[in-house]
Amino acid sequence: MADPILATHGLSKAFGALQASDAISLDLRAGEIHAVIGPNGAGKSTLIAQICGALAPDAGLVEFLGRDVTRESTQARAARGLARTFQTSALAMEDTVLQNALLGALGASGRPWRFFSRATQDAALRDRAEAALEAVGLADLSELRTAELSHGQRRQLEVAVALTLEPKAFVMDEPMAGLGQEGSKRLTGFLDGLRVQAPILLVEHDMDAVFALADRISVLVYGKVIATGSVAEIRRDPLVRDAYLGDDA
Amino acid sequence: MSRERLLNGALLLALILIPAWALYADEPFTITLATRAVIFALAAVGLNIALGLGGLVSLGHAVFFGIGGYAMGILASHAQSYTPLIEWPFVIEGTKSMPVIWLVAIVASSGAALLIGLLSLRTSGVYFIMITLAFGQMMYFFAISWPAYGGEDGLSIYVRNGFPGLNTLDPIQFYGLCLALLCLVLAVNARLMRSPFGLALDAARQVPERVRAVGLDPRRLQLVALVISGAITGLAGALFADLNRFVSPTMLSWQMSGEIMVFVIIGGVARLFGPVAGAGIYVLLEHLLGGVSEYWQIFLGLVLLIVVLFGKGGVVGMIGGRRRDG
Repeated sequence: MADPILATHGLSKAFGALQASDAISLDLRAGEIHAVIGPNGAGKSTLIAQICGALAPDAGLVEFLGRDVTRESTQARAARGLARTFQTSALAMEDTVLQNALLGALGASGRPWRFFSRATQDAALRDRAEAALEAVGLADLSELRTAELSHGQRRQLEVAVALTLEPKAFVMDEPMAGLGQEGSKRLTGFLDGLRVQAPILLVEHDMDAVFALADRISVLVYGKVIATGSVAEIRRDPLVRDAYLGDDA
Repeated sequence: MSRERLLNGALLLALILIPAWALYADEPFTITLATRAVIFALAAVGLNIALGLGGLVSLGHAVFFGIGGYAMGILASHAQSYTPLIEWPFVIEGTKSMPVIWLVAIVASSGAALLIGLLSLRTSGVYFIMITLAFGQMMYFFAISWPAYGGEDGLSIYVRNGFPGLNTLDPIQFYGLCLALLCLVLAVNARLMRSPFGLALDAARQVPERVRAVGLDPRRLQLVALVISGAITGLAGALFADLNRFVSPTMLSWQMSGEIMVFVIIGGVARLFGPVAGAGIYVLLEHLLGGVSEYWQIFLGLVLLIVVLFGKGGVVGMIGGRRRDG
């Protein structure tokens, strides 16, 4: 089996008496979507924060492209090709849709120290940003202020900014959150095609989307991975049904 | 053309026409007032890069303003007394040359900004404000306790420093020089706001977590912004000291930092010509109401209150409408 693109080994994090991550080991392989599911408070966001470098683990390792990145900053991991989306849209609301996408392209270029050229007229940056906006279906809204986008469009822009990085792996924190049925279906279709470009570690509550997309699912409960397996395996796992999915899954 | 651009054009025109009228009407004091406004505007353009673009609420910008002032005062006082600045390990003389003084002011104030930024950018919010204020007060009391350069009484120079090809003692020529520098810095700032650096810096102010997530370091961006900001405010300080032919610890006081911030807020935070409008209004109120009452700043407070409550984008925002970039 090929080496995983992204892996955690025994990742642990406690906040006082609360064990938010308890020796979590999971991996993400090329071409797959690995979903992490679990009830609210299971520690999914804490896990993502540690994987992306926003939070230092108490113990354990994060490996990305075969390299230990546990002590690296968020920006260093992003520069290596780890792209993330946020649960609550983290976008520059005062800027246009294009400017947000350009920021991603600028990060990917690694050359922000240009003081006199015009960002919107930099052909390389613009091409990359526009391609990402085109891919998520926001090309027509590129000159609109981000604050004027609908919730669903902001979720799409989150994905577009991640796309501009042309990453080696995506970490997505509830990309379907707040989307209607139609929006969720559209994004599911898009993410399905995206796995070819880079694997996706997907934290998601929308079970229809998870079951439609995931190659593997890990179930997190009280900071612990209680099961990892295919959709079918997870659906019939009695422990998972008892802790999270219920009997209707 | 947008309303803001028209307003910017009108402000620029006023900066040309008012002194031109004053020259025609033989009102040199009006030219001096206009020079004061232009220099304050320059200092505020500097702060606006840190505050408006970088989101750094610095209550210590008087440090850079004062360092620029003392760069002028120290170099010019040594030149006028014919005593070298240092004699060992090599001799450095004072100077009366404005370009050299500006260079020293820019290097010294940007160096101070780098040092202050390295320490203060470890914090944010109210702690950042407090640290910058603390640095300001440190420098203020340092200047007071430095008798070699006038201590509390400050430092006077007899004759304004020189600029090649100009008679800087002529108010209109000195004004022209200050206006040219302001225009140059505004042009640089306009480019900066639309540049890749400006885009990243503006995003670092709004969503630092996003900036980190795309592989950039918001703190480094803000540090560079603070250094550029300090350099411009330092240059303004050197000009201000030259205008008055005097530098004192007042230039380093927290009240001075507050005044520079007031220029930016009244005119419009993150607006290219906001500092110009703000400094102009300040000098106008100071001149018109200062003659009526020594407590004229009560009215300034009123203006500030109205602008903060009803015009988030300052006077430029109120007249020019919403900010447009790109």
